[in-house]
Amino acid sequence: MSFINYSSREINCKIVYYGPGLCGKTTNLQYIYAKTNPEAKGKMISLETETERTLFFDFLPLSLGEIRGFKTRFHLYTVPGQVFYDASRKLILKGVDGVVFVADSQVERMEANVESLENLRDNLKEHGYDLNNIPYVVQYNKRDLPNAADVGYMRELLNPTDVPDYEAVATTGAGVFDTLKAVAKQVLIELKRTR
Amino acid sequence: MNSQLVLYEEEFRQITEICDMLHRDASAKAVFLVDKNGQLLANSGETAHLDTTSLASLTAGNIAATGGLAQLLGEKEFAIQVHEGERDNIHISLVGQRAILVIIFDERSSLGLVRLRVRKAGDVLSKIFDTINSKASEQGSTVFSEITDDDIDNLFGDM
Repeated sequence: MSFINYSSREINCKIVYYGPGLCGKTTNLQYIYAKTNPEAKGKMISLETETERTLFFDFLPLSLGEIRGFKTRFHLYTVPGQVFYDASRKLILKGVDGVVFVADSQVERMEANVESLENLRDNLKEHGYDLNNIPYVVQYNKRDLPNAADVGYMRELLNPTDVPDYEAVATTGAGVFDTLKAVAKQVLIELKRTR
Repeated sequence: MNSQLVLYEEEFRQITEICDMLHRDASAKAVFLVDKNGQLLANSGETAHLDTTSLASLTAGNIAATGGLAQLLGEKEFAIQVHEGERDNIHISLVGQRAILVIIFDERSSLGLVRLRVRKAGDVLSKIFDTINSKASEQGSTVFSEITDDDIDNLFGDM
């Protein structure tokens, strides 16, 4: 749910990075944080365990510039990927404007990808959203690993509705901004459509 | 889907006035009004040294987690939270099902005073949020229907 402030002339939107544990959601945000101009970003917050696994969420506020005199701000969130943090994942999806599903390309993580995608669909439904009707992109991460599955196969498994999808290596940044750009664009188009 | 939150000048001015009044009457250090989804709506007081965006996001996360706890226990919600620090304290309360009121106070004030002022301000704020909600469903904005694909592309020029 975007927030439009006519007084300060700002548009604020919320994007959530979803996916199975250790797929690279936090790494996506860390790369964006590292490569963004200081004036365009706020502080990145990570609520994590002692072993650097996401406990509640990561948060990164990002300013993209002006559109028709309105400052556009995107609030990027990640969810904790581990299965038992489902209650927290559900909370973070509240008021979401766009979703990025980060899939782990390693063959042995396919089941975890499928499970996480089903979980995303279910949790969105509880908030009254339908994954087929909201701004949504898929990222196939860790393409540099030797055990990466074929993209065609992953697409068939994880992107049956044929939404925009991107290959990525979040640790080097490949595909990270393409993914963000694609989802942010969809969110703004949706804003245009619904007003 | 949730309705979009649109804040117009008039209501923005009203909620800012209430934050200013609370800041004064509760002898608070700072007052914040945050949307339940983590957007900062208004603030007053000593906020210059604070990361207000992070504060808003974390407060909303906190309220969401507490709401989850309430549901597990069969409660509708826990409407008020207080955190005591060595120097500063935070009073967090829900307003009109839509917003979160955050008061930061120190020894110059007291929990009793903060509670009293928050209760009074909460009623007024709830009414303003009713207006905001009804305005949002009545009025559509033309600004966003005029956005072109070029406008959107231009945003990503240097990304």
